[in-house]
Amino acid sequence: MSSTSSLAQHPGKVTGWRLFLKTVIARAYPRVIGQQRDKSWMFFDIVLPLGGVIAYVLVYKAIGAPSEYVGFVVMGGAMTAFWMNVLWSMSSQLYWEKEQGNLALYIMSPNSMMAVLLGMALGGMVATLLRAVAIVLLGSLMFQVQYAITNFFQLLAVFVLAMSALYGMGMMTASLFLLLSREAWHLSNLAQEPIYLATGFYFPIKSLPFWVALGASIIPLTLGMDAMRQLVFPSGFKIGFLSVGVEIGVLMALCVVFLVGAKLLLGYMEKLAIREGRLTEARR
Amino acid sequence: MAESTVASRSTQLATLKSESWRSFKMATWLGWQIESNWADPFLFAIYSIIKPLSGAAILVVMYGIISKGNFSNPLFPYIYLGNAFYIYAGAMMTGVSWAVIDDREHYKTLKYMYIAPISIPIYLLGRGVARFITGSFSVIITVAVGVWLLHVPLDMITANWPLFFLSLFIGVVMLAMMGLLLGSISLLLAHHVGFIGDAVAGALYIFSGAIFPLDVLPAWLRPIGFIMPITYWLELIRRSLIGNVAEAFPTLSGFSNGQLLGILVGLSLLFSIVSIYTFRFCDRRARERGLIDRTSNY
Repeated sequence: MSSTSSLAQHPGKVTGWRLFLKTVIARAYPRVIGQQRDKSWMFFDIVLPLGGVIAYVLVYKAIGAPSEYVGFVVMGGAMTAFWMNVLWSMSSQLYWEKEQGNLALYIMSPNSMMAVLLGMALGGMVATLLRAVAIVLLGSLMFQVQYAITNFFQLLAVFVLAMSALYGMGMMTASLFLLLSREAWHLSNLAQEPIYLATGFYFPIKSLPFWVALGASIIPLTLGMDAMRQLVFPSGFKIGFLSVGVEIGVLMALCVVFLVGAKLLLGYMEKLAIREGRLTEARR
Repeated sequence: MAESTVASRSTQLATLKSESWRSFKMATWLGWQIESNWADPFLFAIYSIIKPLSGAAILVVMYGIISKGNFSNPLFPYIYLGNAFYIYAGAMMTGVSWAVIDDREHYKTLKYMYIAPISIPIYLLGRGVARFITGSFSVIITVAVGVWLLHVPLDMITANWPLFFLSLFIGVVMLAMMGLLLGSISLLLAHHVGFIGDAVAGALYIFSGAIFPLDVLPAWLRPIGFIMPITYWLELIRRSLIGNVAEAFPTLSGFSNGQLLGILVGLSLLFSIVSIYTFRFCDRRARERGLIDRTSNY
């Protein structure tokens, strides 16, 4: 049978990168549409988190910190939006999908779990980006944060690499949630404040002991934020943990490791979950 | 005739009390089961310790960097204890409000709760008790670490324990009612406001004087702090535990303990009344719009 007649029988069939893209769009779609139907997230996900950022800024003001530390808090507050997106909209989402009964359907359908996870993350990206931009803009305006970008292309590279590595890491951790039940929610809850502390969201990571900072560098946001601070703030170079060049190199390596690791781990965990009957388990 | 009316009213009152107590007791048991039986006790203890200590450590590191390790300044115990007890704010507000999302979207049992012979607002308050207990672990551990490692000047002998426990009780009830207010709103909103308790607690961080005196706020924002009962609650907690250190900060130094208690009780009553009426409104609207059993976990 010729390929032309095959296509005629299955005109909508796609494979390869087209299937990947369609899956991403398909999974992002309900989230994007759902957010348009109930816009309360604009207040609870954007305005209220700004309060937490302002609180940390005012702590620095109360203890007489130099003005650039205000900028560190604003930047850290913006980056928490991405961490929360990875944590709740991607990693632990597979737990919700298992609860809903969708996980088995995802596994059965002929698509990539990475595409499903990426779709989840991108579906929440509108809210995430709005939150990050709102925090940066409003925080900068309210507290007159001064920026001095020394190299825009390096800054862009750092951001893209950090996000790629971060989402790759999110996909890897999502694979673990294939095996977990209610503990998934609690483990995600646990991965907030300790991560904020270890990765230096609100203070230079150089302030922590060297080996602690080095260990925390496995999380892409650690070196990503450190490099961004060095590139964005006038005195950033004084508080850098490693040089920007080294940090870009490490981020590139983390990208590769996490994305490849995500593919391998998702495949392995899927097989393990199927073998142990965990895909439809609902240990409530 | 009058006697039968009195007897009927007594019966109704007894039934109401019985229903309320039954709702609260059952919800407390259920909430504790949900909060605790997802892990073995060791893992649960680790979880209960790491999260609050990390939150406190962020502030300790921030303070330590700028002050170059000068933890003897009275501002440090002010920040540390305020942050420690503020754990209750997030715990109680989330504990009560999250129960709506949890029951509606995950366990899909909210509709069954509505047709059961229980009182829904009492049930939601009962669900918050488990978070109060876990929050208490967190607070105790955070304060203990502060006293032991960071020399927070808390003296167990000179602390005003009667004032502390009275303030704590009023504060917890106040926070639970604020949680009920948020839970009411959650009845009308989709799943993505599951963290409404944490989000509101985070926002109120600014106005409660938890981690910096209200004087740091711009003058036009300070009135918001003065109408928040949490502000007075934290001030009373600090005064009961670290006495003179707390009173050194000028914001509320003009008020006596009795005056602060009176303000706290008054504002707590006000917020409680608002919560009760908000719940009634939101409950009615949710029923009218068929939201009690909807799922929005997309």
